[in-house]
Order: sequence, then structure tokens, then C-alpha cells
Amino acid sequence: MYRYDQFDHQLIAERVAQFRDQVSRRLSDELTEDEFRILRLQNGLYMQIHAYMLRIAVPYGLLSSAQVRMFAHIAKKYDRDYGHFTTRQNIQFNWIKLPDAPDILADLASVEMHAIQTSGNCIRNITCDEFAGVARDEIVDPRPYAEILRQWSTFHPEFAYLPRKFKFSITGALDDRAAIAVHDIGLAVVKNDQGEVGFRVLVGGGLGRTPVIGSEICAFVPWQDVITYVESIVRVYNQYGRRDNMYKARIKILVKALGIEEFKRQVEADWLHTRGGPCTITQAELNRVSACFTAPAYEDLPDEDVFQGDNKAFANWLQRNVKSHKMPGYAAVVLSLKQTGIAPGDATTAQLEAAAELADRFSFGEVRATHMQNLVLADVKQTDLFDLWLSAQELGMATPNIGLLTDIICCPGGDFCTLANARSIPLAKAIAQCFDDIDFLHDIGEIDLNISGGVNACAHHHIGHIGILGVDKDGEEWYQVSIGGAQGNNSSIGKVIGRSFSFGQIPEVLARLLTVYVEHRYDDERFIDTVRRIGFEPFKTYVYATPVENDKELAGADYALLKVGVPYDMPYYSPRF
Amino acid sequence: MIIKNKAIVADEWTVLRPDAEEAAENVLVAQGRVIVPMRVWQAQRDTLVQRAETGVWLASDDRPEDLQEDIQKFTVIAVDFPKFADGRGYSLAYLLRERLGFTGELRAIGDVLRDQLYYMQRVGFDSFALRSDKDMQAALKGLNDFSISYQASCDQSQPLFRRAQRGVL
Ligand code: SF4
Repeated sequence: MYRYDQFDHQLIAERVAQFRDQVSRRLSDELTEDEFRILRLQNGLYMQIHAYMLRIAVPYGLLSSAQVRMFAHIAKKYDRDYGHFTTRQNIQFNWIKLPDAPDILADLASVEMHAIQTSGNCIRNITCDEFAGVARDEIVDPRPYAEILRQWSTFHPEFAYLPRKFKFSITGALDDRAAIAVHDIGLAVVKNDQGEVGFRVLVGGGLGRTPVIGSEICAFVPWQDVITYVESIVRVYNQYGRRDNMYKARIKILVKALGIEEFKRQVEADWLHTRGGPCTITQAELNRVSACFTAPAYEDLPDEDVFQGDNKAFANWLQRNVKSHKMPGYAAVVLSLKQTGIAPGDATTAQLEAAAELADRFSFGEVRATHMQNLVLADVKQTDLFDLWLSAQELGMATPNIGLLTDIICCPGGDFCTLANARSIPLAKAIAQCFDDIDFLHDIGEIDLNISGGVNACAHHHIGHIGILGVDKDGEEWYQVSIGGAQGNNSSIGKVIGRSFSFGQIPEVLARLLTVYVEHRYDDERFIDTVRRIGFEPFKTYVYATPVENDKELAGADYALLKVGVPYDMPYYSPRF
Repeated sequence: MIIKNKAIVADEWTVLRPDAEEAAENVLVAQGRVIVPMRVWQAQRDTLVQRAETGVWLASDDRPEDLQEDIQKFTVIAVDFPKFADGRGYSLAYLLRERLGFTGELRAIGDVLRDQLYYMQRVGFDSFALRSDKDMQAALKGLNDFSISYQASCDQSQPLFRRAQRGVL
């Protein structure tokens, strides 16, 4: 993985000092909360319901075991013994005190990490295929380019105050696992007919209030030109993106208003001035960065038949959580952070420490965070799988549910987030409890269930095969259900099935959707494919045919939990309290 | 007082901010060193251009290209930041320097605060009219928040990977 050189180290050290100074000026009231808010956001520090939340950047999801141990240290020392992995492959801590934030950043700097631009109206952490470098369908490893773009975007002086947040995603494989079509800029590393490497560039995709699939602005930008090209895109956006209405401020609205042809014309008119100029990436720089992403010291191994017919639990895990690898004798393993009863994406101090340990023992000391909110050990020997499974099980990270109904993508929602309309974590937990039978889950097969607590769509509910969105009706929480969304090569935006439901109705609604699916599916057809084949109506008709019972106990239990309150002294400068 | 070339100096200019309703051709421009809004410049160009020293300021939705033919006539060009979080001015400054080749004083006016000065100076600003309630002496520090930058911009014509020997761990 990428290692900092003396320049990277110095820049991060200067950042820690700058932020320490900003925090002390806030605490002494030299900075008003309004002035400070935007500064702290550029450093991933949000004011949430109970405390500050600090979001730490995990560039393109890649972590060393030392970095994961640092998360464990932060969870233990500054938080409540857990962290939360997000859909942008980052990690966030929910119970941070403002005066501690500079120390946390200093701790992070010691392991080459930071929280720069993890929120705010700037270029955010660039996400990437979690199987980059090991996937069998990979054309080009996207990570060196992701790192080069990370450096370009870090403290870019022109683009710190964009109209709205700006997200990049990058993939180098045939199968898009990085959801590039729903990003402000999506990059696919491709080779042209001459075998030269370049990028297919999509622009103006996004979710939120107005979900849009990105449009292709250029089919092939040579790799040397990718910085200048994306810089022109962001420069046009910075000048012409709407700033009068935050709901219309994303680049997708500008691209729609101008039309992709006109937008492309403006971008390429700007690009004329910089194309081939000093920001053109050099072969030497690509070589330097690529050298950090060379393959680990794989052994020469044959593919193994590790399947143990008599161990059903292990077989289930192999089937769901173990992925193919480009090297014979190796596999990529997904450690599930979707155990029933736990908030999706949460990892405790013990789990973080253990994940680091497992990475050192089995996977060359590297861990990856996925946009599905799980962890990956990318380079495990097939002969080690059984031992790994045993250890992961002890830690509650071996739930064999990757890609299944309970591998729920879920945002923090009403329990933490000030922007929420409704709770999402308790709903995810309730669903996981109702559908806990592993045989049932395996029978239903692959299905993406995404739950967002509000319109910002942090859990990407529009591209869930089933999407659930929290809505607010006269101060009460309700949930809108959509079906037919999908991520990947064949992305689509889901369609709302009808009027919304109460918390206690949702499990029954899901059961009804699945009943229609099971009745209509052919062989091993996935839920999404059945929806595409038979259409939306049969699902809608069946769900609304008879009244759905509201399981008050289900929702009520959680309300009771919530009322316990938070034993935490609120920071006096909190604008909410 | 303003910050200019990293020092606090007397401000020799007045920024003219007429009412939005007042027709540009009717706005009275006092004698001496006045930085006029772009629309006033455009309406009164023929008389203003006679002056020994001229200044103009751009609102964040003004277009720098519209100054193309006059660009070298200005002693000072200012860019207004209506709110510090409105980042259009950064691209305007970059374009004035890089595309239009403006070499005179480029000044940030409006909601100009310490924590943005570093970025502003990178995109070509060399003078800053700090918001009046803020401490200029303290703000000077904001110009030196970082000694390293990855990208090329107006202060560095080359990105870090071309100007430094990278990769020493
Ligand atoms: S989707 Fe809404 S509720 Fe959920 S984390 Fe994002 S902003 Fe908060």
C-alpha cells in the first residue's frame, strides 16, 4: 500500500498543527461556531445528536494492520469502544469531545492517516473497488491512480469551497464494484485498442434527493491527462454549479441543466489550456506510486479443494464470504460486520484488534474496508481458510451473509444524525432479527437491502434491490420502500412501491416482497432479475392487497431502548444543546 | 489597512459598492484610487480608462473574460467573497492570473478570513482586505499554514511530483 514520504508526513503534521490552532481559537471564542463549522467539517468533524462525530479518511478503503490497531486505540481511549465503517470506506467515531480531536489527529498522523476532506463541500475520499489488485476480472489496478488523485485533491486551493460535496469513485475491473455510476465523477480504468491505459469518465451521477445515473463525458482520457481533465470538470462546476439552493447544488443538476454535450464542451474548452501542461502525470510519478502497490510475496500454490462436506456452517461461509483470487491457492475473505443484533458496519475495539491480528497472520498485514460496510482480507491462502474461519467466528465476524438480505447497508440515521427523518439502525437490527435463519437467507440468495434514515441517501437506498428511506410525516417516522434499484454495471434507480409504512410494518412488507419473488423466480434467478423480468406491479399489488399489521412490540421495544438516554456530558458549545 | 505581500500596509484604495438598483452609468466615481464594480467599469469605461490608475472588482458571478482587452490597464483587480464559503472567487482569481495573465495587485475583498488566506494566496491573490472585525496581525499567520502543497497553482507552476525528489521515506 502507499507509504508516506517526507512531504506527505510534513503536510499531515502541518495539518494537525493548523487544526489544533483552529480548535483552540474556537474554544476561546475567537472563532464563532459559524466560522468554525465549515473548518471542522473539512476535517470530518460533525456535530451529531449526542456529541461530535469524527470521520477518518481511509483512502480507497486500504488499511495496514497498524492503522486498524490505531482505530482500536482511538475507540478505547476517546470513544466508547467501537467505530463505524461507512459506505465511503471510511470509519467514524461517534462520541468524540472537541478538545480531544487534535490529539486524535496527531495519533492518526503517526500511522499515516488523517481526516482531511471527509466532509464539507470539497472533494471527498476517493472510493475504489475493494478487490483491487486481486480480482480476477481486473484490467488495470486502479489504486495508483486513486492515490495520485488523492494527492491532487488534498488541499486543492481552488476547490475547498465548492457548491456542494464532491465524490469520486474508481474501478479497474470488468465488474464495477465501486458504484461509479452514482458518483459526481466515476472513473473506469480501461485499455484502448492499442493497449494504452486511460479512463472512461462518467460525470453527474449521484443519489440524495434527485438520484441520477452518471453520463459519459469522455470514453477515453489517457492516464497522463486524468488530473488536468478532472480539474477542468471541477473548475466548471465550481463556477457554475448552483449555490442558491443546497438541494440543487450537486454537479448532477448542472450537468442536467446544461446537457452533457454542452457541459463537455465547456470542460474541454477549459482543458485546452492545461492539457499536456505541468499537471500531466509523469511516468516517473506513476512508477513511484505504483511501486507501493506491487503484489505481496505470494507463494507458488495450487488451488485447493477446501470444501468440507460435513461442516455446513463452514460451507455456508465459504460460499458467501470467500471470493476468488487472481492467484492460484489464494482467496479474498470478507469479514462480515453484519452480525444480527449489531448496527451494520460497527466494529468493537476487540474486533478491530482481532482484525489487525488476523491480517498479520493470514493476509500480509493488510485490511480493506468495503462500501458495503464490511472488511476484507484480500490475500489469504486457501489452506488457511478453515483456521481463519474459526478465529473470525469467535469474534462475531464470520456471519455467512455477504450479499444476502441481512448484509444490510445502513446509515447512522435518527440515533446519531441530525439530518435524519427516522431511525435506521434499530430497523436494520429488527430486520436482521426477523430474518435470522441462515438457510432461509441462503435460499433467498443475493439481494441488496439499503436503509437510509433521510433523503441524503447515505446508505444508497436508491440502488438497493430493496431500498428503505425514512420519511417524516407530522413528526412521526415512516418508511418508504422502493424496489428495482441496483449498483454495478447495470445500475438502476429503484421505484417507490407506494405509500409508506410504520417501523413495525417493515418486516412484514419485506416478507411479502420476498413471497412474490419466491413464487415467480426461475431457478437461481436473483431478486433484482425477477423484478426486472416481471415488473414492479405484482410486488406492489401483493404488498398492498391486505392491511399490513403493525408489530408494535417490534418498534416499541426499540423506542424503550432509545429512551434510556445518553450518559454523556454535552459539550457546552454544542449548537444543539 | 490591508495585508499585502505578507505585510500589513495602509490601504490606498477605496472600494466602491453602489446600491444594486443604481444604474451603472449614473454611479458617481470619486477622484483618486477607486476600485469600481465590474458593471460600472463596463458602463463608464471610456472615462475611467483615462485615469492614471484604475481598479475594478468582480462579483462572484462576474466573468473575468469580459476584462480581457483591458486586463493590463488595471493597477488592482479585486474579487469579492460574499460569504467565505462561496468558493467561486478562487477560480476567478486563478483564471485572471493563469488565463488572462494579470500581473498587477489581485485583492480578496468581502468575507475574507484568516483560515482561507493560504488557499487564496495559492490561487494568485497577493493582497487581502480582511473582514473589519478580525485581527490582521493574527491573520498573517494564516498565510503560512502549510509549507508543502501537492498541486500546481498560481504560486507554484509545477505540481510537487515535478518539483521535488519524492519517495524518501
Ligand atoms: S441518510 Fe440522512 S439520516 Fe442517514 S446518515 Fe445520511 S444524512 Fe443522516
